[in-house]
Amino acid sequence: MEQILANGLYLGAQYALIALGLTLIFALMNVLNFAHGQMYVLGGFVTYTVYAQLGLPFIVGLFASALTLAIVGALIEKFLFRPVIRRSSREESTMLLAAGIAFFLDAVILLVFGEKQRGVPKIVNGVLNWDFRLIMPYDRILIGFLAILAIVSFILFMQYSKTGRAMRALAQDRVAAQLQGVNVDRYSMIGFALGAMLAGLVGGLLVTITGVNLGMGGPTSIKAFMMVMIGGAGVISGAIAGGFILGMMESIGLSVLSQYGDITYLAIFASLMVFLAIRPQGLMGKPWG
Amino acid sequence: MKRNQIFGLAAFLFVVLIGVPWLIQVTGRWDFYYTLTSVALLSIASAGVWLTFYIGRINIGQGAYALAGGYFSAILVTKLGVSFWLALPLAGIFTAVVSIFIGWPILRLRGVYFAMVTLVLTEVARLTALAMPVTNGAKGITSIPLPSGIASLENTKLGFYYVAVALMILVFAAMYRLVNSRIGHLCRSLQQNEELASSIGVNITYLRIIAYSISSFFGGIAGAMFVAISQSIYPSSFQVADSVNFMLNCFLGGLGYVFGPMLGTLVLYFGWDLLFQTGKLQLLIYSSLLILLMLVLPNGLLSIRLSSLFGGSK
Repeated sequence: MEQILANGLYLGAQYALIALGLTLIFALMNVLNFAHGQMYVLGGFVTYTVYAQLGLPFIVGLFASALTLAIVGALIEKFLFRPVIRRSSREESTMLLAAGIAFFLDAVILLVFGEKQRGVPKIVNGVLNWDFRLIMPYDRILIGFLAILAIVSFILFMQYSKTGRAMRALAQDRVAAQLQGVNVDRYSMIGFALGAMLAGLVGGLLVTITGVNLGMGGPTSIKAFMMVMIGGAGVISGAIAGGFILGMMESIGLSVLSQYGDITYLAIFASLMVFLAIRPQGLMGKPWG
Repeated sequence: MKRNQIFGLAAFLFVVLIGVPWLIQVTGRWDFYYTLTSVALLSIASAGVWLTFYIGRINIGQGAYALAGGYFSAILVTKLGVSFWLALPLAGIFTAVVSIFIGWPILRLRGVYFAMVTLVLTEVARLTALAMPVTNGAKGITSIPLPSGIASLENTKLGFYYVAVALMILVFAAMYRLVNSRIGHLCRSLQQNEELASSIGVNITYLRIIAYSISSFFGGIAGAMFVAISQSIYPSSFQVADSVNFMLNCFLGGLGYVFGPMLGTLVLYFGWDLLFQTGKLQLLIYSSLLILLMLVLPNGLLSIRLSSLFGGSK
């Protein structure tokens, strides 16, 4: 039981971090970022290059991932989403654009990094063994701890910094924020960059455990969508809750349902449908946000 | 129907039924039959996505129904020995019934919420196909016999082409009729404002489920037909990328026209096919073009007026 809980917490911290980025982008710009999973994969590959190939310390790789993705995110917002949002008459066209970007990032990753599964050397050796009730490698504990640290600093940033306040105002009401003198364009760009950066950060963190390959992008996006739906789109607390809930469900499902085959996600989806039938806006979302 | 509409329809029928086979005969590009058959079938599935858009929902879950329809007909044909021509409509009905149970809760969602949940649905369909014993897991179902009428033909490619085109014409005729009927007008009212429609006495729950199940029916028969052609099906036959492509076809062709999905599928599929020669760069060029297209024409091909070309079909 302790083992399941610890696995769930560890998974949940990673998932929450992915969902945070997605929900931030959604809250600020009403854009469903299909390319989120691809951004995560890109982050993983950057860390792989810096840490495993160039031989620099892991933390440098992590920073490189975060920085690269922040720049990519900012560029995507400024040159792709902003003009399309301004000129299109339907909200849905941003979805098409996001799908195009997802394909594009896939293609770039394929050309630059290839299609092989890549792994990096362990960052910390050894396994924590508490009486055989809880067995957890130290690197997982460290990654989980780093993820929680990132979540906490993100919340503090959103809560207390000027930029964070501006972004929260923007998420609440775009027009009102603009009337109060918030530079909408600038903070949309910062928000998108921040969301992409979080995806890259998780990619960099998880490459040490699961490795990284090209095909991970789509499934990661889908998991992120599920978390956002559980918690409610565009709500930061909801994304965190959704991430931890999905992590727990996956961890419990994998150990309880494993004798029936690979049906964990089927069970999760079925319960998600029942949940959405009762509460369409998710745990903490605004109705029809 | 106005006169130019009848003329347009006749020209279209002439081109697809006589012109294309003749051209292929002359040029000897037999591989085009497969491409065009795929376009016809994919446009059927895209037509379903278009119909869900018609009630104001963005559907990225059509791949799930195509997969379900494909598996259902494959199982009927291989395990129970049912004729394909019976299995094809049964696959459509099966997916329509499944979609009623799935659609009832999720059709209450709107906008990106519905889009997200349908996207998840595609992935879940793949996982279901992997997990269930009857679908034979990752190995899939292979060496499915060809449909009885077509197997005896000398040129199976041509046979499949005619069947697929006939199906496509039937589906789009049905769509045209549906959209211009009373139900079509009611669907349009849902697209604009559900609360208002509900307040003047439109049964929105019922309408949404009807439209969604018709849409899934199209997905199911398209999937079943595809399986008959490729004679095999795997959990990865239809996946998230396919669902996204169905949506892209609709957006690209234009959401205001019944025949939009057909045009969008043709352009996207041929574009993808033509880029095949570029090898590794295929996806890069394709996605760059897609992004460029969005930058130049954020409202889809629809925004360059196509109404005259398609006889003002609404």
